[in-house]
Amino acid sequence: MYMYDEIDQSLVDERVIQFRDQVNRRMTGELSEDEFKPLRLMNGVYLQLHAYMLRVAIPYGTLSSEQMRKLAWIAKKYDRNYGHFTTRQNLQFNWPKLEDLPDILAELASVQMHALQTSGNCIRNVTADQFAGVAADEVVDPRIYAEIIRQWSTLHPEFTYLPRKFKIAVTGSEIDRAAVRFHDIGLIAKRNGAGELGFEVIIGGGLGRTPFVGPTIRDFLPERHLLSYLEAALRVYNQLGRRDNMYKARIKIQVHETGAETFTEMVEAEWAQIRDTAVDLAAGEKQRIADFFRPPRYRASADAEAQLRLQLRDDRNFARWVETNVAPHKVTGYRIANISLKPIGGIPGDASSEQMDAVAALADRFSFSEIRVTHEQNLVLPHVRADDLYALWQTLKSYDLDTPNLGEISDMIACPGMDYCALANARSIPVAQQISERFADLDRQHNIGELKLKISGCINACGHHHAGHIGILGVDRKGEEYYQITLGGSGAEDASVGDIVGPAFPYDKVVDAVETLVDTYLDIRTDGERFLDTYRRVGKTPFKEALYGTD
Amino acid sequence: MALIKNREITEDHWVRIDDESAVPAEGGAIVSIARWRKDRAVLAGRNAPIGVELESGDGPEVVADDIVRLDLIAVPFATFRDGRGYSTARLLRERYGFTGELRAVGNVLRDQLPLMERCGFDSFEYAGRTDAAKALKAFRDISAVYQTAADRRASAAALRNHPSKAFSNGTCG
Amino acid sequence: MSQQVLSANRLNDGLVVYLVADDTWSEDIEVSEVAGDEGSVNALLTRATQAVSDQKIVDLYLIEVAVVGGEIRPTKYREFIRATGPSVRADLSKQNYVPGADA
Repeated sequence: MYMYDEIDQSLVDERVIQFRDQVNRRMTGELSEDEFKPLRLMNGVYLQLHAYMLRVAIPYGTLSSEQMRKLAWIAKKYDRNYGHFTTRQNLQFNWPKLEDLPDILAELASVQMHALQTSGNCIRNVTADQFAGVAADEVVDPRIYAEIIRQWSTLHPEFTYLPRKFKIAVTGSEIDRAAVRFHDIGLIAKRNGAGELGFEVIIGGGLGRTPFVGPTIRDFLPERHLLSYLEAALRVYNQLGRRDNMYKARIKIQVHETGAETFTEMVEAEWAQIRDTAVDLAAGEKQRIADFFRPPRYRASADAEAQLRLQLRDDRNFARWVETNVAPHKVTGYRIANISLKPIGGIPGDASSEQMDAVAALADRFSFSEIRVTHEQNLVLPHVRADDLYALWQTLKSYDLDTPNLGEISDMIACPGMDYCALANARSIPVAQQISERFADLDRQHNIGELKLKISGCINACGHHHAGHIGILGVDRKGEEYYQITLGGSGAEDASVGDIVGPAFPYDKVVDAVETLVDTYLDIRTDGERFLDTYRRVGKTPFKEALYGTD
Repeated sequence: MALIKNREITEDHWVRIDDESAVPAEGGAIVSIARWRKDRAVLAGRNAPIGVELESGDGPEVVADDIVRLDLIAVPFATFRDGRGYSTARLLRERYGFTGELRAVGNVLRDQLPLMERCGFDSFEYAGRTDAAKALKAFRDISAVYQTAADRRASAAALRNHPSKAFSNGTCG
Repeated sequence: MSQQVLSANRLNDGLVVYLVADDTWSEDIEVSEVAGDEGSVNALLTRATQAVSDQKIVDLYLIEVAVVGGEIRPTKYREFIRATGPSVRADLSKQNYVPGADA
């Protein structure tokens, strides 16, 4: 993991002092709410439906056990004993007091954390593949570049008041676990014919009210030019981006309206001016950062695999958990263990202080003290020895963290919705809970197979509904909660935007509708087809007929 | 309103001349970009400093051919949330080589001062409610910078590679 | 004109509050002052605007309520959730939550 030096530490420490002063000036009226709002947002502080909300940055989803313990402690001391892991790999506290927030930021700074740029019209906290560094198929650990981008974008003087927020995601694998095509900029590390490292650059993807799968604007950017290219793209965006209409201010609209080709030419022209300046990192600094992401000292035991085989044979429940929640690791004798934050009937992404502490302790015991947060609102222990999985699973069970449902229908993404969010038009969480309970039978879920269900409580699409195999969007219809269903979206390497299947359903009919869709799929699927594959093969008609009849 | 220049509160020696008024022969005068375009030959021929105020959304290219003739360029911030002026300032300094006074005007508030300075502004028509003398502290809020910009402060990466440059608080150079 | 009460968030802790007849702000909508005509609504707004300039509250706005059997209930579901707490965490509802009990 990256460790702060005195320069990094000074920045977060001084930022706390600066924010304490800003809060004081707000309290005395020296700053109006209008002036204070962008300042608090750039420290992750929202005013939500019930209270302030603090969004803590977890850069590229990597956490140490010490940091996780600090989050648990903050939840206990300053909040209401829980936190919510988000689709941007961050953590939200729902009840902090403004007057406590400078102290909370100081607590975070003491473990090399912050809430910088988790909101506001700036470059947001950068996200990455949660399996970075351990995925068997990766070209390079994307966290090296995510950290380089984190530093470059932190308090960037030119790009702090952009037309709108700006999100960057990085992956080092062909298998896309970071939804890179739905970001303002997505970067896929690859090697060219000569074996050199670089990035495919995607610009102008996004969800929200106007979803776009981002186009590739450059097939191969040599890695040494990463920052100058990003700076060129951001500068073109900052100068062109609309200030008169916030709904048209995202870069995806700009790329769409300008045309990807013209937009590319503008970025390339700007880049030509700055590509050989000091914007790009010197090799020494890049190496310094890369060194923090060297693999830990693995100590696979010779009979780890044999022991795991015995345990799998003897305990059917354990075997089920391993089958759904455990992924291959690039080192023989190790596995990646996914911890589901989607217990049947639970609130997707929520974790109590006790659960956070438990995961921290398990990371210390089994995973070199390292934890990852996924954009699908789960946690990961990235380096677990095969013969430790059984002990890990037994402890997870006692904290209700052992649900074997990864990638299945009850492993939903859901935004906080109208239960917490000031922007929402409808509730998301109770819909998620009811669907989860309807499909509580794990055998049934397992038979259905991979099914990505994603729920948003408003058009801003924080719940990624456009990218759901089944997407659910809450809308307000004359004061009643209604839910529009989309089918066929995907946030993975086969990215697509879902199609609206028909008229929206009222709150008490949406779970039935989901069940009808699933049953229809089960009727017509062929061997090995996922829900998404079947939908792509047969199209909307059979699903539409099942929901609305043939008239 | 106070004028801050090079991190100090200072008297403003420039006067703004609206498009209908005559430009005085003596002293620094700031005119609109429209006036400049119309009366460029006369204005440039004056034997006194001349400045131009851009309009919101104007990029640096609108004065590209006049860089050497201008002693001051004022870049407006219609609201502090409109960040186009940051790019304009950097380009004027770093690409077009403007070395005169680069002035931030409009909704110029305390907490944006250090960002503006990093982008190349050296003077500010400060419009915040915080007392201007207290607002000067904003320049020293954060010591470290991670990027190279128009102020040429040594970035974190540069300091790490040249440990002889002491890591110090908030100074230019 | 429908009946209205004035709602806002308290500046220092962010919690949802309602304007009470004695010019205090309460977390409990039941004690809020209900205005039923334009004159009383404007009077509420004037008093609340003072609380904004005094740095007591932010984001103030009027919400529509119905007074049923002496109980003040918001007519919009969103405002009902604001008045009572997240519908999915009964333990955190305004009626049930005891600050400090979980720490």
